[in-house]
Amino acid sequence: MAKTDKSASAPAPEESEAGAAGASMSTAPAEDRGQAMPGSFGGVRAPGALGWLAWSAREATGWVRWCWRQLTSMRVALLLLFLLSLATIPGSLVPQTGVDQLKAEQWQKEHESLAPLYEKLGLFHVYSSVWFSAIYILLFVSLIGCIVPRTWKFVGQLRGRPPAAPRHLDRMPAHATWRTEAEPEQVLAAAGRLLKRRRFRTETAAGSVGGEKGYLREAGNLLFHISLIVLLVAFASGQLWKSEGGKLVVEGDGFANTLTQYDDFKAGSLFDADDLDPFEFDLDSFSGTYERTGPQKGTPRDYAAHVTYRDKPGAPRRKATIKVNEPLETSRSKVYLIGHGYAPMVTVRDGKGDIAFRGPIPSLPLDSNVTETSVLKVADYRDKDGKPDDLGFQGNFVPTLDLRTGTMFSQFPALDNPRLVLTAYRGSLGVDSGVPQSVYQLDTTKMKQFKNEDGRAFAQAMKVGDTMTLPDGAGSLHFDGIRQWATFQVSQKPGNATALAGAVAALIGLAGSLFIQRRRVWVRAVKGADGTTVVELAGLGRSESARLPEELADLAAALQPDAPPVAAGDGDDDATDAGDDATDDAREGASPAPEAPAETSEGARA
Amino acid sequence: MTLAAATNENLAHISNVLVYSAMAVYTLAFLAHIAEWVFGSRSAVGRTAAALTAPATPAVTVTTAKSAQSGGTAVLERPKVVTRSAPGSRDVPDGPGAAGGSEKGDLYGRIAVSLTVLAFALHVGGVLSRALSVQRAPWGNMYEFSTTFAMAAVGVYLGLLLAKKNVRWLGLPLTTSILLDLGLAVSVLYTDSDQLVPALHSYWLWIHVSCAILSGAALWVGATSSLFYLFRDSHELRAAEGRPAGAWDNVLSRLPSAATLDKFAYRINATVFPLWTFTIIAGAIWAEAAWGRYWGWDPKEVWSFITWVAYACYLHARATAGWKGRKAAYLALLAFACYLFNYYGVNILLSGKHSYAGV
Ligand code: HEM
Repeated sequence: MAKTDKSASAPAPEESEAGAAGASMSTAPAEDRGQAMPGSFGGVRAPGALGWLAWSAREATGWVRWCWRQLTSMRVALLLLFLLSLATIPGSLVPQTGVDQLKAEQWQKEHESLAPLYEKLGLFHVYSSVWFSAIYILLFVSLIGCIVPRTWKFVGQLRGRPPAAPRHLDRMPAHATWRTEAEPEQVLAAAGRLLKRRRFRTETAAGSVGGEKGYLREAGNLLFHISLIVLLVAFASGQLWKSEGGKLVVEGDGFANTLTQYDDFKAGSLFDADDLDPFEFDLDSFSGTYERTGPQKGTPRDYAAHVTYRDKPGAPRRKATIKVNEPLETSRSKVYLIGHGYAPMVTVRDGKGDIAFRGPIPSLPLDSNVTETSVLKVADYRDKDGKPDDLGFQGNFVPTLDLRTGTMFSQFPALDNPRLVLTAYRGSLGVDSGVPQSVYQLDTTKMKQFKNEDGRAFAQAMKVGDTMTLPDGAGSLHFDGIRQWATFQVSQKPGNATALAGAVAALIGLAGSLFIQRRRVWVRAVKGADGTTVVELAGLGRSESARLPEELADLAAALQPDAPPVAAGDGDDDATDAGDDATDDAREGASPAPEAPAETSEGARA
Repeated sequence: MTLAAATNENLAHISNVLVYSAMAVYTLAFLAHIAEWVFGSRSAVGRTAAALTAPATPAVTVTTAKSAQSGGTAVLERPKVVTRSAPGSRDVPDGPGAAGGSEKGDLYGRIAVSLTVLAFALHVGGVLSRALSVQRAPWGNMYEFSTTFAMAAVGVYLGLLLAKKNVRWLGLPLTTSILLDLGLAVSVLYTDSDQLVPALHSYWLWIHVSCAILSGAALWVGATSSLFYLFRDSHELRAAEGRPAGAWDNVLSRLPSAATLDKFAYRINATVFPLWTFTIIAGAIWAEAAWGRYWGWDPKEVWSFITWVAYACYLHARATAGWKGRKAAYLALLAFACYLFNYYGVNILLSGKHSYAGV
């Protein structure tokens, strides 16, 4: 990788000193700005097969180590993060089978030429596709590879001491100095106490005191990255062990949580039917309210399903209300209210006058005003001569009939003026044919529609209490009443609590990582040539912060009672120079001093 | 019942009047800001500042409450803290501001800020009366979301001004954006005041949406700062290399320095990132309650996630040598574009569980 970026070029001379003073202030991996191709790791190759073997082994481990270093570098983490956000996009543009199956199928029908290609690319299930998984798995491998060494480094830092004061404190990002008549030892002792009181970790050296604070920043950062792993694991386990089923329940009926009771059911690949939570509930009543006036007339305002439930057979029964945002929580499952509709209750009598059917007619809502299609299949029927046959009813139910036009589209979703319109058929329902049938569809191919005397198709609109008498004494249907039904989704998802805990930990870690400053402060006090003591304070932060100069000024102010400044007379610059002269020999181990660059004012900004 | 409906309609009407009045006053503020920049460009200080001379006095005194009181005995000297920029960054002072030292420009700038305060008051009134008219949080549809979003952005700006931050240069871009946002809200996105569908009935609406709005408003400030950083940075680069001045140099020279803008953008973005994280977590908790799953790759969720990862990218870029500066700023702008797309793009172009109440 050729480097063209200016800021990435060789460090400025003064950076090396700041580097020593700022060393191990973070556990971020050192940036490997070097070559992309490391040449040979194997070194010298001895002659013969053994030599080749040894060389290959060295080469191989070298490459593996190099790849690992690359994968766990900040640069690759950045790249993978960027790729992750890019890879997430297609899933929001192409309908996903896992999100909305119907929409995805419709899209596939509309785009016949593209669909097969998209299918191959996994664009209909992006979030479980190979390439998406590859990115996040690599990212998380990188993350683990990053966290482990960083944790060790951090533990090491926790045991370490703040480094000795750098040679040129005035080259630190924040610096203050003054002269005092107090002795250097006194000043340093006071500074040490001050720093300790402010919860700095301190280290006294000859002529200076160093302090460091804000270790929690790194702890927070590690906690955040670890929480990301916890979140991923929780999410994955939720996907693998989850189960989710739908069930329609009519008022007065009940549901027991076993596989056979569900209308539809899906589960993660590791789900086991024995894991189902054995609760039961009865739907006592359902209520819905709707906007009565205004442009959004008919929009639902509130739905409530009133149920009686128990956690397992034999447990005490309890009452509960399930609303859209308020699922029923049993010991391991949640029951959500998903939809609702009306079920006309009818009694069908056969030609002999015996009851052939009594109960709800399954009806499906077609629009937001709950116009429903209704189908009733009566297999247990005899005609007036006692001959067994099938009856079929088909029609619509509307909760609110438009009295002016009489259209069979409901005008409002509540039961203001309900009507049931049915026509009837006789013949074979085909239920015995072995082909599975939908209860909502009537197959009339082998049936004959009842006719009026005038030969027109027989049909009747009924209010509650009305009876429809079939022609030729074939029987009757009585409209007994209306019950509401509700559909429920029962979902059981392990790992939700873990995910929540991970999210909260991530948030705490993040706050620590971003709001806590890791910083170092040094105080140096040395006798100057004129017999007064030169006090110098300097601060260095991990990230440029506006608060560092403020904190330093604060510390300086707090130190001044113990090191009262001498009368201003000679300027600051002199004082600094004197301090430099006097202390140059006293310090050791610092890097050679470059020329001091021009200083700028920054404290007043931001 | 009818009486209540009538008061509600009255309130909704009052709300509309207030929002329109606020727009009128924002327009005046916008014009005053223009005047501020125009007078500033003629000022002598503005012209000298364009030469990018380094300041004569490098030292700054940071005065703290303590240092002011320190010692009853003759206080001789306050601690002076000299700060210096990070190694490698350019030593360029902040520009003098939009007014560029011109007194007339400054006067217009102050008038603009006062007008913004007035417009903000009207705006708050508009949002509050809308909330009262529907008796819920005023965030049920895009019209309400947009008006509240603009209000939050102005609030963040005024808050920063109150905290004595150097943000007056934001006035013009802010009023411009606010007028665009409100204009779009009252024309295209307008929806009559109404109730919510049951799925939105939850106190998580308050928590989740208010955090989303506040995050967005603050991220707007960060993104604007990043954008101006890019302009100002090329301006400084041009000046440093002695290349001929560009057409906008007169304007750019009055902005804060590139280093200041960059740092300001970082601080804003870094501060908002946890809030945005919380917004997503709160949304997941709400989704778990409303739809039975905390994460379902719904378009809105997908784009919140993309926005989040993009900002994480930006923060990582800042921590990675070689990626600081312009590259990081591009990432910040990209991340904010994701936020905007999540709001306008997803609501209008992509349908999912998050589409309610018309738009
Ligand atoms: C899974 C996706 C990841 C996300 C969402 C993420 C997010 C973040 C965020 C938001 C920060 C900013 C906190 C701060 O500035 O102190 C951060 C810092 C950091 N991340 Fe990540 N990260 C991810 C993966 C990684 C990986 C794979 C690595 C290792 C290569 C890594 C290493 C670091 C380091 C070292 C810092 C601290 C930088 C500093 O001290 O200034 N992160 N991460």
